Amino acid sequence: MHTAKKPTDGKNHRYGMVIDLDRCTGCGACMVACAVENNVPPGDPAANERTGISWLRVYRMNDGKPLPETRTAFVPVPCQQCGVSTPCLSVCPQNAVDIDQSSGIVGQIPVRCLGCRYCMAACPYHTRSFNWWDPVYPAEMRESLNPDVSTRTRGVVEKCNFCFHRLQQARAKAAAAGGKDEAPGEYVPACVEACPTSAFLFGDLDDPASDVAKAAKGEGTFRLLEKLGTDPKVIYRSAKPWVRQTAEGALPRNGKEEHRG
Amino acid sequence: MDSIAETRVGAMLEARVMEPLVTADGKLMGRGVRRAPLPKFLLGIAPWVVLLGFGLYGAFLCLYRGLNQTNMDNRFAFGLWIYLDLTVIAFGAGAFFTGFLLYVLKKKELKAVINSAVVIGFVCYSGAVGILMIDVGQPLRAWFTFWHPNVHSMLTEVTFCITCYLTILAIEYVPLILKNRQLRKIPSLLVFEHELHKVMVVLAALGTFLSFFHQGSLGGLYGVMSARPFAFREAIGIWPSTFFLFILSAAAIGPSFILLTTKLAEKLSGKKLVRDEVPALLAKISGNILIVYVLAKAIDTLYWINFTSPGTGAEPMSFYSHKAFGPWVLTAEIVLFGLVPALLLRDGGKHLSLKWRVPAALLACAGVAVNRYVMTIQTQALPTLPFDQFLSYAPSWQETASFLLVLAYGVLVYALSFRYLNIFPEERELNS
Repeated sequence: MHTAKKPTDGKNHRYGMVIDLDRCTGCGACMVACAVENNVPPGDPAANERTGISWLRVYRMNDGKPLPETRTAFVPVPCQQCGVSTPCLSVCPQNAVDIDQSSGIVGQIPVRCLGCRYCMAACPYHTRSFNWWDPVYPAEMRESLNPDVSTRTRGVVEKCNFCFHRLQQARAKAAAAGGKDEAPGEYVPACVEACPTSAFLFGDLDDPASDVAKAAKGEGTFRLLEKLGTDPKVIYRSAKPWVRQTAEGALPRNGKEEHRG
Repeated sequence: MDSIAETRVGAMLEARVMEPLVTADGKLMGRGVRRAPLPKFLLGIAPWVVLLGFGLYGAFLCLYRGLNQTNMDNRFAFGLWIYLDLTVIAFGAGAFFTGFLLYVLKKKELKAVINSAVVIGFVCYSGAVGILMIDVGQPLRAWFTFWHPNVHSMLTEVTFCITCYLTILAIEYVPLILKNRQLRKIPSLLVFEHELHKVMVVLAALGTFLSFFHQGSLGGLYGVMSARPFAFREAIGIWPSTFFLFILSAAAIGPSFILLTTKLAEKLSGKKLVRDEVPALLAKISGNILIVYVLAKAIDTLYWINFTSPGTGAEPMSFYSHKAFGPWVLTAEIVLFGLVPALLLRDGGKHLSLKWRVPAALLACAGVAVNRYVMTIQTQALPTLPFDQFLSYAPSWQETASFLLVLAYGVLVYALSFRYLNIFPEERELNS
């Protein structure tokens, strides 16, 4: 990822998000907005949910009870932007994964990627996608591609970077206005913007005055696989104990085995 | 044309085409060794040539159309190829370990198999590199790792070691080729071969170091994945314990694999190729190291069950709660494919019949194959997210064909080396 040079010597940020699972309806608007914003090509006809490209995936989980008592919740899982022992960072043999120190965002450099997929094997959140096919954009879609995001080629890995280009835009705007730093709220990823139920809160986790920092410390918050010690910057929230317990792994799994091949 | 005339024409054609070939074939063979007649040899390798062609087609599809030809996916990022790479490289460990025993520890008896070990090592390593080039999404960017390497990545270590060691194996293979009866007639090549011999000890020592390191870094590849609790292992010094376990297991089964291939070559050629003490020594070395490995593996597993896995918030036995990977996998790996062959190989005919030696070597090799399977496939099949599922994967025919390409390549290189190169120096003496 190209490091966005900050317009001033302002302090570093630690961008993160809080996702309220009680508000998420599983509509998938965040996934669509993400794909459109980041020039994710339409899936090949032969692709399936395990070979398609998805920077943000909404999982469905339930409490394992039979119908009609079943309770369901949806868990949007973008890259968790691990802050400590970032699993994908240390394994990449050619430095194609990078952390921008000014924002804490973990980025992927597709033009440097060899396509060895070691980062995918190392990521416990499965938020990385490999380009199994050549990207093909229908003619009518080419006009709507985002000029701020490079398209990727076959054989490389890609992932969510909190719409880093939007941070660059916010910084450029601040610099043009002679400001010292991007204004709070000026930088918002596409998924956050698109959510119809405002399930996402985004901002600087290190800014105690920000809504996201307050929400991150609020009641009912947790992080996925917290015991792994990767310090994710995506925090989840639910007032329902079963949702928290299931997502934290305190309850037995209820997923079925999935076969392919 | 009547049938008699047809037969005559056929015989004439055969004489015209085959005679020069048979003559040339005979001239290429070593002095005093006997090999199967050319037609029989050609018939024997024909299926492997067909397989090679089939494999080339599969590999071509993967390179041309992309990795969508495989059944790997975003969750199963590593598949058949990485698993077999790891296994094949462990089998190829016989090359570095035999070199180490012969040149560094001066086990002179192993001179009888060192050439064969070099051929096997070369085949295994070059095959692995070949399949890796198909496995990566952008093979033309392979040089990036040398240009801007991430020194913290185990894969960087793997890349550097595998490249350097394959170069060494290729240099070690050259003198074998240059010793061919016809090539020896060229004085400059003879001098070159003689000069190469002078540096062989240095190369063997360097190769041993690189290969030790390489086997270890392959183990480290999984052990460092701190966020995959099934694979993650605590560090001993700067490397995870799997680094050392992979070295030990490879060193343990390397001699077993040399033993197996030598026995197979003896069976197929109908000749005695090495003295009896050589397989006995190989088995003993293999058994002794296997005992150490089994012990180390057992300690490592116990530590993982009691400390490492609970530390990551994972109940260790939950990893063995899925159909395909029950606790039997662990038991089989340590006991059936570890302890049992170790004891059989160490016995050396004292209590048990020597007939057990080959099955024991087979079991030992299978044990390493199971270990590499578990590390590669089970690690990825297991879900990490609490609301995710256990996944399965079966390779596509293109993936399988590409693996068969390596297998066929290995068989053909070994068969041709056996026929035309002096890979068992004691053969002439033992069969005169």
